[in-house]
Amino acid sequence: MPGPIWVHGELTPDGSLAKISTEVATLARDVGATSKRDVVGVIVGSDPKGAATELARYVPRVLAITEPATADHAAATIVGERLAELIEREQPDYVFTGAGPEGRDVAGVVGALTGWGVLVNAIAVRWEDGPVVDMSVFGGKLTTTSRFAGERGIVTVRPNVVTAEPASATGKVEAAAVSGALKLPLVKVVDRIAADDVAAPIEEARIIVSGGRGVGGPDGFGVVQELAAALGGAVGATRAAVDAGWIPYAQQIGQTGKIVKPALYLALGISGAIQHKVGMQTADTIVAVNRDPDAPIAEFADLFVVGDLFEVAPAILAELRARAG
Amino acid sequence: MRIVVLVKPVPDTASSGERLRPDDWRLDRAAVPAVVNANDEYALEAALKLTEAHGGEVVLLSMAPPSAPETMRKALAMGAASGMLVTDPALGGADVPTTVGVLSAALRDMEYDLLLAGADTSDGGGGVVPAGVAAQLGLPYLSYAAKIEPDEAARTVRVRRISPTGFDVLEAPMPALVVCTQALGEPRYPSLKGIMSARGKELTTKALGDVAGAEAGAPTTAVLAATAPPPRAATRVIRGPADEAAREVVAFLVERRIV
Repeated sequence: MPGPIWVHGELTPDGSLAKISTEVATLARDVGATSKRDVVGVIVGSDPKGAATELARYVPRVLAITEPATADHAAATIVGERLAELIEREQPDYVFTGAGPEGRDVAGVVGALTGWGVLVNAIAVRWEDGPVVDMSVFGGKLTTTSRFAGERGIVTVRPNVVTAEPASATGKVEAAAVSGALKLPLVKVVDRIAADDVAAPIEEARIIVSGGRGVGGPDGFGVVQELAAALGGAVGATRAAVDAGWIPYAQQIGQTGKIVKPALYLALGISGAIQHKVGMQTADTIVAVNRDPDAPIAEFADLFVVGDLFEVAPAILAELRARAG
Repeated sequence: MRIVVLVKPVPDTASSGERLRPDDWRLDRAAVPAVVNANDEYALEAALKLTEAHGGEVVLLSMAPPSAPETMRKALAMGAASGMLVTDPALGGADVPTTVGVLSAALRDMEYDLLLAGADTSDGGGGVVPAGVAAQLGLPYLSYAAKIEPDEAARTVRVRRISPTGFDVLEAPMPALVVCTQALGEPRYPSLKGIMSARGKELTTKALGDVAGAEAGAPTTAVLAATAPPPRAATRVIRGPADEAAREVVAFLVERRIV
């Protein structure tokens, strides 16, 4: 009997299931169907039940591990250690997780403790006698296709490459016990600070409206924010806008920020330098507004408006409102 | 205080020449100039600021091809005191477990209060190696740092970790591994003096056999193919008054079923 495919369920700060995990679970279910393998969700947390129930909408079986230490300690190392412990007992062949901050940390720990290979930043996974994984490298300039040399491994999956779909039947949640003392050092969370300018997470957004140097200052982001709100999207930014302090780093898209793949990327006052391009060029649709007709983004946008963003963006807003009636 | 920074030479993103050799699907290093990975520069900048404030020195560690010293000199020019490079033909195309294992083995012979790494690299960009190194060495792991505050007397370090809702303030004993982000502050440009002095700084090169406990394991993953993604469709350019342009934009979004 071949081993199951596991889905690591990530928790959000409020203890619910992260959106990325619903996407990873949907993908794993497809791979499980082709490979005729069981797909099992695994959640480790101080109160995993709610998230486990959510994950059970996507996969037939979910193991919920109650680990009190994650309540007031950095979670990823603890989660990774518990997963590795359970892997030894339950013998899955593959673990799928998200390629965001939490999933990467967990994959790194599980990889080190099991010695398994890791295929990172998957944009597609299919089954051909094992998972065959397409990965976007060099900022989307190339796609590599890889597989595991052996019959076990960890795959990290990019956000927004799969549309999450619940399974036809809801799965069952089982409590799984782990007993050993944690061996890796614990890192205390001494405080949690809620930032007052926290915005919608850009990695998960279907629509992103983004501002660059052309926005001119923090006030200029007003129109970016308004347009994002009207479209039901999130606000992104370039490194220049972040370094200038106009908008928090969490919203930066590009080489040293986040890599996004929304349905629509609306770029306002963004030239499209390579460091930004690598973060957004796989968006389904790219619309750009820039005064400079020779801006690099004109080369790879689907629609390029030559114009002043402070005239065009409000006009788009008005047009959207007129349509909405 | 002594800080080791993990640095990786990566192909220069701006060069656009990145390609994989069709015979073994490894990076064609001759086709593209190498630079210090951008996120590693943030880690190095953070390390330099910490040693400026607390005293001590910064040491670089890299596992990379034999051409790496050229790139590492740039990091030495920024202010690192010395560097160590582990390079070996057997490490070409090294996978995650081998990379984690070799870096960990090299670190067992080094002394440090803090070990800093960049959040990910611009080439493969998996972002999984630092967590693996911490797990292998049994170091406290503090990731996605926006601020690093060591307390030398207490032998602890506090890190502001970027969380989806703001920040978590983490605290752990030193030595610890901290993963650095751009939020720590812009890296400095090397001064002319820095560039001159970098030439004389110690850069030790070790082969796999010189690092106790390091080995190139059997590869756990294999590349089957590399392809360029399909080119995007031609750009439609709109010029004209803002209200007309806006109507066209919205019509385009409707046509694509985005709104």
